[in-house]
Amino acid sequence: MESGKQQPLVQMLGITKSFASVKANRGINFDVFPGEVHTLLGENGAGKSTLMNILNGLYQPDAGSIRIKGAECRFSSPREAIAAGIGMVHQHFMLVPVLTVWENLVMGLPGLKAVLPKREVIRKIGELSDRYGLDVEPEAQVWQLSVGEQQRVEILKMLYRNAEVLVLDEPTSVLTPQEVRRLFDTIRQMTAEGHGVVFISHKLDEVMEISDRITILRSGEVVETLPGPMATREMLAEKMVGRKIVFAVDKAVLNPGDTVLEAEGICALNDRGLPAIRNLSLSIRQGEILGIAGIAGNGQKELCEALVGLRPIQFGRVLLRGKDMTGRKPMDFLRAGVSYIPADRKGTGLVGAMNLRENFALKNFWRKPYAKGPFLSWESIAGETGRIVERFGVSAPGLGIPVRNLSGGNQQRLMLGRELSGTPDLIVAMQPTWGLDVGATEFVRDQLLRQRERGAAILLVSEDLEEVLALSDRLAVIHKGEIMGLVEDPRSASEEELGLMMAGIRRETAIEGEKGR
Amino acid sequence: MKPRLRIERRLEVPSWMNWSIPAGAVGVALAAGAVLLSLLGVSPLAAYKAMIQGSLGDAWGISETIVKAIPLTLAGLAVGLAFTMVVWNIGAEGQIVMGALAAVAVVRYAFVDNSLVMFSLMFLMACLAGGLWAGFAGFLKARWNVNETITTLMMNYIAILLADYFIYGPWRDPSSLGFPMTTPFPEAARLPVLGGTRVHVGIFLAVGLAILFRVLYRWTKWGFELRVIGNNPNAARYAGINDLKNVVLAMFLSGAVAGIAGMTEVAGLQGRLQPGFSGGYGFTAIIVAWLARLNPMATILVSFLLGVLLVGGDTLQVVMRLPLASVQVLQGLILFCVLGAEFFRNYRIVFIERGE
Repeated sequence: MESGKQQPLVQMLGITKSFASVKANRGINFDVFPGEVHTLLGENGAGKSTLMNILNGLYQPDAGSIRIKGAECRFSSPREAIAAGIGMVHQHFMLVPVLTVWENLVMGLPGLKAVLPKREVIRKIGELSDRYGLDVEPEAQVWQLSVGEQQRVEILKMLYRNAEVLVLDEPTSVLTPQEVRRLFDTIRQMTAEGHGVVFISHKLDEVMEISDRITILRSGEVVETLPGPMATREMLAEKMVGRKIVFAVDKAVLNPGDTVLEAEGICALNDRGLPAIRNLSLSIRQGEILGIAGIAGNGQKELCEALVGLRPIQFGRVLLRGKDMTGRKPMDFLRAGVSYIPADRKGTGLVGAMNLRENFALKNFWRKPYAKGPFLSWESIAGETGRIVERFGVSAPGLGIPVRNLSGGNQQRLMLGRELSGTPDLIVAMQPTWGLDVGATEFVRDQLLRQRERGAAILLVSEDLEEVLALSDRLAVIHKGEIMGLVEDPRSASEEELGLMMAGIRRETAIEGEKGR
Repeated sequence: MKPRLRIERRLEVPSWMNWSIPAGAVGVALAAGAVLLSLLGVSPLAAYKAMIQGSLGDAWGISETIVKAIPLTLAGLAVGLAFTMVVWNIGAEGQIVMGALAAVAVVRYAFVDNSLVMFSLMFLMACLAGGLWAGFAGFLKARWNVNETITTLMMNYIAILLADYFIYGPWRDPSSLGFPMTTPFPEAARLPVLGGTRVHVGIFLAVGLAILFRVLYRWTKWGFELRVIGNNPNAARYAGINDLKNVVLAMFLSGAVAGIAGMTEVAGLQGRLQPGFSGGYGFTAIIVAWLARLNPMATILVSFLLGVLLVGGDTLQVVMRLPLASVQVLQGLILFCVLGAEFFRNYRIVFIERGE
């Protein structure tokens, strides 16, 4: 937005912040004018969140200053930030699930009376909802709401507190394409009313659609701030990563072989004992990638765990190469050549306090040549770990250091190396590129494609629609633990149609096609 | 300019901190103990000197220190095994008592006069008794997720009172003039001692088991499984490791080793069972395991140092006429400081100066 004589709502000058020896922000200048969407674009670890947490009062900068409408401010808590008109909507919502929407809105407001002014609050919610297109039922309890609705509650919460600047941290990562469009309408309405919006994302298409200005961060520094309309996809990606990026995925044409995995009408529960997978069937053949698209939390994790023996199956069967594996132990699946790349690498896939060798041994300690009788052969373990480190480009100061000291990308490379090193028959990969920078993402995708060419059957679960569309040979959309539809040629699928399925509307044609087989 | 403090997580722990921080913590504890001793009207320097002389000053002192270090090492290894997989076995005291009871039962009911057969029987039964005692708590945890801290703690009292029942009741020595103690062991059931000291062959068991545990943790599949479970149970399940089965197994082994400590105490040292014969080794073992950072070899060293503290404490009582409680306070101070000092391994404090 051209606003030479206008005063910025927020001005951050020379912000510097270090964590231990890592400089997360170095002399960053950033400002937001009334009525504009200013996007912060950058890879994970570029310093976006640090910068916004400083603005929100969660962190204090080591150097630099913040001005709100020209007046120097210093926030020591989010409460002070919101009092000054800065509201942040976090990626993970800060709502109390058992309270109603209106209760969540007034919770924590200063100067509340002992008896809550319910009628007044609901009236004000109604006003705000109408004005910004933020439909939500004020008397509903938060746990009953969809993720998209919860996000609306978070935005309402900030507007209710008279936020003039809204910081939206990766707001689209949990939404269907339709919900994203709705969010963008709300954002446009807010800027039209003179609010400033900071939009944080690494999805280039969205960024180009919504931004008035774009500031690109790389390793804690501003690379450039440019007007939104001038941006192109290639340019943004190059500036974000610091080198040229090729978007097309080079995928060989293969004829899938024998069926490796078959799930027949499986049902499974989630950790709270509620149904998470309902009567779900799928099959994967050799040299084939079956993609599973869907919004986070629709049973993806439970599906993966059920398929690798980590989660009990209530009904239905799982067959590996025609052999019934239902009810077998995780170790039996390992022995049958099943690899699993869990989304939660720090919590499940790796042991942070153990070193690289031990983390390789984690999935291999039971088999030759790494085990000799009851004993471990650290020599052969170290040898293979060294080879993986080299082949998968894990950069680590040594094999003896705890893996928690590695960066996320290197942890992922190590885990991937371990899971792919034993020529598995079936690879279940959940969010394998989540949280990785563009370079590491390319690498991971390439490795999966190589496994496909080698003849592995791959189940790829990802919330990144672009990723599943690019990599999959066939694509299934999951919603509340059920397959909403199967797309035989993902490249021809329309985003519109996929969005509907992600929102829980069945693709009738696909269902009929399945029945006809 | 206003300096401020900030606490930061350490990304890497320098290796020198592994020994310097516990050593520093012991130093701080001794300094705090000095204040305590001064308040009791005793010169701290003289007191610490008396402790060192009593425990390390002559052959007798050293042998007594070793006598205390033997059950501490065994029990320390026992709880250390459970702690390695983050199972809180604080019932070593009860498992020691059960091991001792089993040894006494063997002597009473197994009519053999061959020492070797006798020792083997006592050893096996002590392992079984201690192992089942702890394994039961492990089973409850694995099967119904019953908190093992509570069960192992409570089972201490059951074991101690059970022993009291036998000592005051059916197993009481008729010739003891009414004193609560069991019949003395026959010569064939007494573990041999070294030289003219009270140091018995349990020392070889303690050192041997420490080496065995070292090999177990470092070189075996099962030891690796235990360490993975302790570090990250989710990763263990993911790796196909049966964590529930291992909880029961490890608890059984932990209790068995504690049971051995009980058996060597009665068969090696006291030759009969009396109330309170263990004197809290099972609880002190928790301190030992923590100070040793669950390292089997360090467990020997730490047990010896705590032996110094115990024997030195006895000297203090005799020479300086200090109450037993003051020695226990000193022990408590050390544990408190060492556990507190963990903070400095994981975090560091940074001074930042901020311009106003």
